[in-house]
Amino acid sequence: MAAPAPLLSVEDLSVEFRTREGLVKALDRVSFDIHRGETVGVVGESGSGKSVTAFAIMRILDPAARITGGRVAFDGVDLVAAHEPELEARRGRDLSMIFQNPRTALNPIRQVGRQIGDVLLRHGGAKRGEVRARAVELLAQVQIPDPARRYWAYPFELSGGMCQRVMIALALACGPALLVADEPTTGLDVTTQAAIMDLIDELARAKRMATLLITHDLGLAALHCERIVVMHAGHVVESAPTAELFASPRHPYTAKLIAATPGPGISLEELAAIPGSLPDLRGELPACRYSRRCERYAPFCDEPLPLAEVGPRHTVACGKPL
Amino acid sequence: MTAAALRHARYVVTENPITLVAFSMLLLLLLLALLGPALAPYDPLKSDTASTLKPPSMRHWFGTDQLGRDMLSRVMVATRLDMAIAFSAVALSFTAGSLAGACAGVFGGWTERIVSRISDTIMAFPLFVLAMGIVAALGNSVFNVVLATAIINLPFYARMARAEANVRREAGFVEAARLSGNGTMRVLAVHIYPNCLPPMMVQASLNLGWAMLNAAGLAFIGLGVRPPTPEWGILVAEGASFILSGEWWIALFPGLALMLAVFCFNLMGDGLRDLIDPRRRT
Repeated sequence: MAAPAPLLSVEDLSVEFRTREGLVKALDRVSFDIHRGETVGVVGESGSGKSVTAFAIMRILDPAARITGGRVAFDGVDLVAAHEPELEARRGRDLSMIFQNPRTALNPIRQVGRQIGDVLLRHGGAKRGEVRARAVELLAQVQIPDPARRYWAYPFELSGGMCQRVMIALALACGPALLVADEPTTGLDVTTQAAIMDLIDELARAKRMATLLITHDLGLAALHCERIVVMHAGHVVESAPTAELFASPRHPYTAKLIAATPGPGISLEELAAIPGSLPDLRGELPACRYSRRCERYAPFCDEPLPLAEVGPRHTVACGKPL
Repeated sequence: MTAAALRHARYVVTENPITLVAFSMLLLLLLLALLGPALAPYDPLKSDTASTLKPPSMRHWFGTDQLGRDMLSRVMVATRLDMAIAFSAVALSFTAGSLAGACAGVFGGWTERIVSRISDTIMAFPLFVLAMGIVAALGNSVFNVVLATAIINLPFYARMARAEANVRREAGFVEAARLSGNGTMRVLAVHIYPNCLPPMMVQASLNLGWAMLNAAGLAFIGLGVRPPTPEWGILVAEGASFILSGEWWIALFPGLALMLAVFCFNLMGDGLRDLIDPRRRT
């Protein structure tokens, strides 16, 4: 598999938050790649740094956060070093993001069609006269019924699923090369979830768009991603093609995560909770941030963490992999 | 679009009887302001020595003053000036205050510090006395009354806009707007500022009343508008000296007009907000 250069390459990305109680090391040397047209899932429990990773890639981190190291190479440009005008020109055009709570993500007092039009005018080089027709087309593309009428709808007049469709139309308006989807289906009911995910899949395939799907739902990632990156407490612990990850997880945390994921034919008793909770990310941390929760802990786990290549595009950060 | 807006306006007005009353009164005031001089039965400045200090009658509904001028005509003609002062003062302070406040709320830092300290300083004065001082210092003219009224109301808009913008700075749609490539200024202008307006409309409407009272108050003590120009505050001032001798109508009718106008603006607030907030269109 002599793959071409990846579209997005995150290398050793570290992020810290300055808080009143000290420095929080939210991300520590996070690395992964996404190729054109590929869907990669980032999974992990709440607080593992998934969303911070997404925000860092988009460079919209909170003012209290600071990128302390690493590179985010996107299409040959390092986004970490890029200046604000360059980022503004790229956001919405080359890389887009959708997130949870689609209701709050749309301007409540602006018609949804005009919000899509705003993006087209900002990046698309579309002429004023064409914008409206183009926005209606985009609404139709995300399967919103009666798009010409919905163009004039305000967000509060639409259901949550409908708002998420509008968000997707907005994010994909300029045909970005990368879509970052941060928990896109949280808060939607199950049937809507499936419909939204299928829609993202379909549009991604049609446009050869890369998708970074951030979710705590391993089942969802299994269904929609070609590769999965598992995060724990700001570390990437394992990264592997989906089938291989499920068949033979190498990191103890991944194995626990899979065992804790409900699926067909698994009774509630068979689901195993992961013992312990995420470590406090302030102050000094052990080399392996999972070691305090790990049943396989051995003294050499406190040595600097190895990153082992255990198969094609399969890496694991563990001194004593399964 | 305009058809929908009109439908919405009709809905807002008919749904709440108080709004209906307020908007009808506003309409009356606006008509008087526009057509007052044409509708007035007499020349408001023409004295008639034959009929001075006459009580209300069929010939002079509101009576006449010490120079025999028709009070009804004077009250009607004064509407334009009072409305003009109130509206321009509010427009001025609304625009300046909300823009400064929204910038302060969004940018924080020194912008916020400067805007807040200026607001605090203005609010540290008794506002009416401050207005008197400004008019006295800048010169006794109608424009300076407008300016003074605008300045004393500025802090209320600035503080409110700052709070509203501050809340919305973190809103999801602001983040989304940044994510689709909008710079700070565009996010502020298209997404944050318009979202701050509906709650501020209530304030603006109440403020119209205050502005009017303030202008009338300044005129009452002899600042700004000068006699013989008809203005409600001056009319009340002129009539005040006659109340004791029994000629109550000279002060009563302009005072009543002033009170009704302020009452109308106070009632109008909620209706005005409903009118510009699309979320009320259900």
